Amino acid sequence: MLTKRIIACLDVMAGRVVKGVQFQQLRDAGDPAELAAAHSEAGADEVVLLDVTATHEKRATLIETVRRTAWQLFIPFTVGGGIRSLDDAMAVFDAGADKISINSAAIADPSLITSIAERYGSQAVIVAIDAKRVGEDVSSRERAESGIPHDRTSDGRARFEAYVSGGRKPTGRNAVAWAREAAERGAGEVLLTSMDRDGTGIGFDCELTRSVSEAVSIPVIASGGGGNTQTFIEVFERGRADAALAASIFHFGLRHLADLKQELIKAGIPMRWPC
Amino acid sequence: MIAIVDYRAGNLTSVKKALDHLGVESTITLDPDAVAKADKIILPGVGHFSSTAMLNESGLQAAILARIKDRVPFLGVCVGMQWMFASSEEAPATLGTALIAGKCERFPPHVKSPHVGWNSLLCEDRSRLFRGVPSGSFVYFTHSYRAPVVETTVARSEYGGEFSAAVEKDHLFGVQFHPEKSARTGMQLLKNFCDL
Repeated sequence: MLTKRIIACLDVMAGRVVKGVQFQQLRDAGDPAELAAAHSEAGADEVVLLDVTATHEKRATLIETVRRTAWQLFIPFTVGGGIRSLDDAMAVFDAGADKISINSAAIADPSLITSIAERYGSQAVIVAIDAKRVGEDVSSRERAESGIPHDRTSDGRARFEAYVSGGRKPTGRNAVAWAREAAERGAGEVLLTSMDRDGTGIGFDCELTRSVSEAVSIPVIASGGGGNTQTFIEVFERGRADAALAASIFHFGLRHLADLKQELIKAGIPMRWPC
Repeated sequence: MIAIVDYRAGNLTSVKKALDHLGVESTITLDPDAVAKADKIILPGVGHFSSTAMLNESGLQAAILARIKDRVPFLGVCVGMQWMFASSEEAPATLGTALIAGKCERFPPHVKSPHVGWNSLLCEDRSRLFRGVPSGSFVYFTHSYRAPVVETTVARSEYGGEFSAAVEKDHLFGVQFHPEKSARTGMQLLKNFCDL
């Protein structure tokens, strides 16, 4: 039986894993290669390394970090942040990444999805979408009664809007429609982050996740809002997520990752265990 | 020396890295002569079935088949395993090698495709490749087409119906999943192949 995946995410800046509270007070959390290996041991099904600086002059540091991390990791390894061209992607693949994640660059030039997929296969291309709720003017009962689609506001605007540049710039695009286009252009998976829930720990946005999951035939990785075991159960069942991403360092101690998987199994969610 | 055959179908570093980790000597090569001298051959695979056409055009296919005839152990991974079958719906114009009878097909429309993630295996005891790998072990898959269950199937998996997760026929081995990305289980399997 195909299991649901728990993906550990490492935010990396200048070669070190960092973690902040709402993007402030960044703290050094350790060496990416060591932490990735430790997460793999603890039962993570995949590791995502996100370069949060992603400035041009730091690329060489990132590539070296990817190489060191990939060296001792024998589970799928995704790298994202600052990939703007096929050349950027190639450098990251050469360093040992199995998949790349693109966000702003894909919105700016959707053909980038296709060109990377043609060279490395769709399975290697994850399109990351940062989505924010923009219309909370309609209750679910009104929706049902008046037939307003779940991804639209009452005036027909997108209800979940895609943002770029680390969540700073709205694009005016409907996140659900963008996910569908990304899949058609060759993306192999969607990494869907709820900006409203990110860092809150109060639960994933199951409605957003389900909207995207039902709109595309490719797997959807839910991100933003993961907290206790119940939040994961909900995103897998109600949100129809195929995988859930956990910013694991502080929200989830390594011990917690293993506990989380065992608790999910008890709740009837198929998990890879023992690892 | 193990030859990892490069046919310009994506990223081969992870297979090499896994063999390095096991302390096994290997080389990534595009050269039919290097394949002709190899003790063992691995044909990795990511990407499209049509990319295997390059094997035929470059003379690599002839070199691999000649070595297979000499009873050199061969392991096809993912598309590399599908290449061992007669054909695939993914690229009807590109023929496989029919080392194993059967045709690879798309997943049925009622399941999401590609099939991505960790799925469990139902293994046959007779397999040499799966020695020390218990039935029920999880391995990492990522593919949109699947091989049918055939006589030489030694591990099955289920996703929208049963399919061949691994085939084994004498010194020929094929796995649909990625052992190099399947943690301990995958490493055990690669070690079994290297130890043959």
